[in-house]
Parts: sequence; C-alpha cells; structure tokens
Amino acid sequence: MIASIRASRISPDAVRAQRDIYLPMGATATDVKRLTPWEKYFKFKVDDEQDLDYMPGQFMMVSLPGIGECPISVTSSPTRNSGDRLEMVIRNVGSVTRALHQLRPGDRVGLRGPFGKSFPVNTKMRKKDLLIICGGLGHVPLKSVIEYVIDERPRYGHITILIGNRSPENRLFLEQILDWKQRDDITCMETVDVADPSWGGNVGPITTLLPRVRLYSTETICIICGPPIMYKYVLRGIESLELDKSNVYMSLERRMRCGVGKCGHCQINNVYGCQHGPVFTYADILRMGEAI
Amino acid sequence: MGIKLINQATLDAWVDDLITEQTVYGVQAEGDKFAFDRLQKASALRLDYDVTILPPKKYFQPQREVLMRFNRKTVTFESAVDSEPFVLFGVHPYDMVAISQMDKVFTMDHFDKHYMARRTSATIVVSSVQTPSPDVFAACMGNATMKGRNDHDVLLTKLPDGNYIVDPRSEKGDKLCEALAEAREADAASLDQREKVWEANIELLRQHELKVEPEDLPALLDRSRSHPVWEEKAELCYSCGSCNFVCPTCYCFDVEDEMSWDMENGQRVRKWDGCMLEDFAAVAGGHNFRGKRSARYAHRYYRKGKYSWDMYGEISCVGCGRCISSCTARIANPVEIFNTLAEDPQ
Repeated sequence: MIASIRASRISPDAVRAQRDIYLPMGATATDVKRLTPWEKYFKFKVDDEQDLDYMPGQFMMVSLPGIGECPISVTSSPTRNSGDRLEMVIRNVGSVTRALHQLRPGDRVGLRGPFGKSFPVNTKMRKKDLLIICGGLGHVPLKSVIEYVIDERPRYGHITILIGNRSPENRLFLEQILDWKQRDDITCMETVDVADPSWGGNVGPITTLLPRVRLYSTETICIICGPPIMYKYVLRGIESLELDKSNVYMSLERRMRCGVGKCGHCQINNVYGCQHGPVFTYADILRMGEAI
Repeated sequence: MGIKLINQATLDAWVDDLITEQTVYGVQAEGDKFAFDRLQKASALRLDYDVTILPPKKYFQPQREVLMRFNRKTVTFESAVDSEPFVLFGVHPYDMVAISQMDKVFTMDHFDKHYMARRTSATIVVSSVQTPSPDVFAACMGNATMKGRNDHDVLLTKLPDGNYIVDPRSEKGDKLCEALAEAREADAASLDQREKVWEANIELLRQHELKVEPEDLPALLDRSRSHPVWEEKAELCYSCGSCNFVCPTCYCFDVEDEMSWDMENGQRVRKWDGCMLEDFAAVAGGHNFRGKRSARYAHRYYRKGKYSWDMYGEISCVGCGRCISSCTARIANPVEIFNTLAEDPQ
C-alpha cells in the first residue's frame, strides 16, 4: 500500500524544484532510411548522453512540438549503443508518425524515457535457451533483444529466432536476418503470409514454423512480440512445447499519453502497461482478463 | 491555534477578509444546483449545498491545463507550472478523501509537479455536510466525516444552533484562521454538539444502502468478471463519459499540442479524458483494446472497487453519488451494481 502524502506540508517551492516528468529532452536525427513502403529507420543522438540508459524491450516517448507525442520502441541494443546511437523503426500509421516520416538528418525531436520493463536479458534469460518469435512490427523491439544476446553470446544457450511478415515487402532488417541465418550458433527461420515471385521461403502464418522448432531444454525462455491478433495463435501453437508460462514473455501494445503511470490509457486490469509492462509473462497475462 | 466557536456574522467577516487578501474558491448556487467558483463576497457562499456539479478536482487538475510551451522551429520545450496560492472553501468530506487519493496517484512512482504545484498552493477548508444530496452514499464508504483524517487544513462544522466550529488542522490552517485568534474557544458542550452533527451525518449520508463493506469490494469484483450485469447495463450506456467527468477520483487525461497563430510557438496541454469514451483505448492503426461497451463499463467499476485497491490501497468510489445523478441512461449507480453482485453471485 502506498503511504499517504501530506500535501499540505509540502511547500510549492519544493514542488517547483522537482523534475518535470513530461518535459522532453532534446535529440537530433542523425540518420533516416526507408525500410519498407510503411516503415522508416531513424538514428537519434541525444543531447545529453548520460540521460539515456535503456534495456531491450523499453520504449521512449517521441515528441514533435505542434504535432504531439507517441510511444516508440527502441530497436538498437544498449550493447552497441551510446547516447549517439538510439535507433527506432517507425511505421507511418498516425499523425505523429506521419510527421516523423518527414524528418531529415539534422532535424530535432524531443524524447522522454526510457519507460517500462525490459526483457530479462540479464536475469532469467542468462544461461537459458531462447526462442524469439517476431511478428511484423514486433521485430522492432525484439531486434534489440537479439543484438543484445548475440553481443553477449556465451551467456546464453541455444538461440532460435522466428520471423513472420505479411509479405516479403514488409520484411525489416534484411542484412541482420541474413547474418543471423548464416551464423552457426543461431537458428533463424522466416515466413510470409502471402508470397510474391521474389520469395523462395516458407509461406504461411508464423505458427507454421513452430513444428520445425527443436527445443533442447524445457527451461527455454520464449519471447514473443507481434500484432494483437498474433498472440492468441502463437500461444496456442507453443502449447505443445510445454514451456513454463512464467518463462514466456511478450510485449503488449497500448494507447499511451504519458509513459509515467498517470494518464490511464494503457491500463490493463490493475496494472499500467507503461509501468508494469510493456513486457509481461504469459503467467501474468492469464491473471489479467483483457490483456490479449 | 485552538478550536474556535463563531457565529454567522464572524464567519462572513472572516471570509470577506480572506477574499480581499487572496483568491478564494467557494461553493455557490448555479441555477438550481451548486458549483465551486471564484468567491466575490461571503454572502454568496452556500455552505448548505448538497453536492457540487463538478468535484473540486478541477482546481488541481483543470479540464484544460498547459504542461509546457514549445517552439516548433527550434524544437525546444519549456515547462509551465502554475502555483498561485488559493483557498478552497467548503469542500465536503467525501471530496477531501478523493483529493487525498489523487495526491497518491499523482505522486506515486513519478512525481507530477503540475498537479502538486496546484495542490500545495491550496489551503483547504472542509465543511461538514449540512444537506445530504438525493444520491449521496458517502457514509456507506466510510467518508461521511473527517474523523481520524489529517489531510485537510481547516474543518468547519455548523452546529444546530447556527454557530460554527472552526478547527484548524494544519500549519496552513492555523495561518488561515489567524484572524479568528480573538474568537471564543469552543467549549466542551459545543464540541459535543459537533460530535452529534457528525454522528447524524453517518446516518444521513446513505441515500443508497450498500449491502457489503467497502473492503469486501475487491474480492467481490474479483469473482464477478462474467456477471451478466455488465452486459445488461452496458446495453443502455451512451459511452458519453459523464460519470467519468463528474467523478472526484477519475483522473485520466489526454495530451494535445496547440499551435499559436504565428505557427511557431505553441503549448502542450492536458485535458480530461474518460475510460467510458469509445476510443479511450484505441491505438493508431485502428485496434481498440476496449472496444466493447460492456468492457468499458465494467472497467470503470473495477477501477473504483478493485484496481485502485490493488494499485494504491484505496477504494476509489468515495460515495458522492454524482455519477448516479449525471447519468442520462440511469445505469451508473455503483451501489446498485455492487449490491447486485453481492446478492446474485455468478
């Protein structure tokens, strides 16, 4: 239980001296690239690098004054990152992201964060086999996880990565995927829902890759991120793998206006997505009615 | 300073004095209802009000509030914090309980200086209820009086003989009551009278009778997820958000950027939002995480009776009854919902 605060004993001056949790820090876009017809890649340099200390799975609030602010996952790994190398991949889907797509290198933005709980790369995932399932844009936050575990490769067991997209032209991070597929210490499989003539790989939803997954340990940690509709099918699909539900992690999207547990939009039952999530375990989610 | 006993004329003179010195917001008539507004003279103060249309939260979290100013060309942001001192005169106990809950919400985990700047700039005079509203059930929620609470600055109670007991409860309260230093100390008999007023309010402020204890609500709601009442009531819900906006413990907000005419400067504002509104949980791209009316309807009751308990240890329905009277469809009576769940378990 949170203790009561005696507001009448706090002076307004003491309040004014506090940090403003809604005030963005300044950052510059140093690189912008188009990845697909819908997504662009951005690299940002934060003015004060010390302000940035993030872990895979966390998100930032990105601001354009006059347009607004929205939550965006970080896609770079802190192992390859300092404040001058914060990477995001942003889909043009709303008013803020549409304006972000107009950015050119050298343009300024506001950033707040990082916010939320990260994937347990330094705790539960250590020494364990990993099964990482990326659906569509879910690949964006999970690239941070994948690069993190690759950079710290000896600390983890076998790594299996599944990547599913609607069509070949939706695929993100093609160079990285090629690298992952060529590595002999990682198993990486890909599928698309609908193929085109250029595609020689698996066709079908991401669940069609699951029968090919070979697990070496029942203590494998599974990490899932994808569109809301995907979770139901993937969770059903991994049932036969008999993983412990507290070893299955997923990142849930929600509407967010503040990132600091005040605005109420991201509430899922008795937790805030921005505070207790966005990363939840399957065991957490079973306790929360409206999570998926 | 001690507890004082004053008559109506002294009270009026005191309030008129306060008005000349600082900003005072007090309850006044608004048509056939009541509202908190800037007080110009003591005679306009209506401490006999039953309930105000909006709760006093609007002074701590205004309907529209500037969080920061920005410049679009330079992409710079500057925090805007409002902390003009003011007196809030005549807050009912249930609303004071709500204010204390909001103090927790806006300071737990992350300190919201915009809310807290306003909150700490306020001196709050709580007034014991003189006229129960037709829908009040604050007594059922344990919020009929200020007994055992130390979150307010002054506690004012009107006695049956027409006199008032003025009880300063904080340093700020002492300061506000300085002008009454010469007034008569409340004697044992008048304090006894005050106790009786409070006891009477515990009987009067239950126009709806809750048949469970407030502490039992979290467990009751926990086992009522699939109760048909959520669907039945939501069938009639207009998703208008009235119950959110009049609720003293609804604090959800939206954030918007507003540009000035020069198209260079602007401000980021926050505005009240409500979980009963259709697109409250919708994200860019179109997915709505609470698109069903019944899901939104149930969410509000779970927030009041369970989630707030889980998150910060409070039942956040304080029993003011505003949602009951503001609901066009007449489906927003928390007592009726909770009693239905208790009497007809599924």
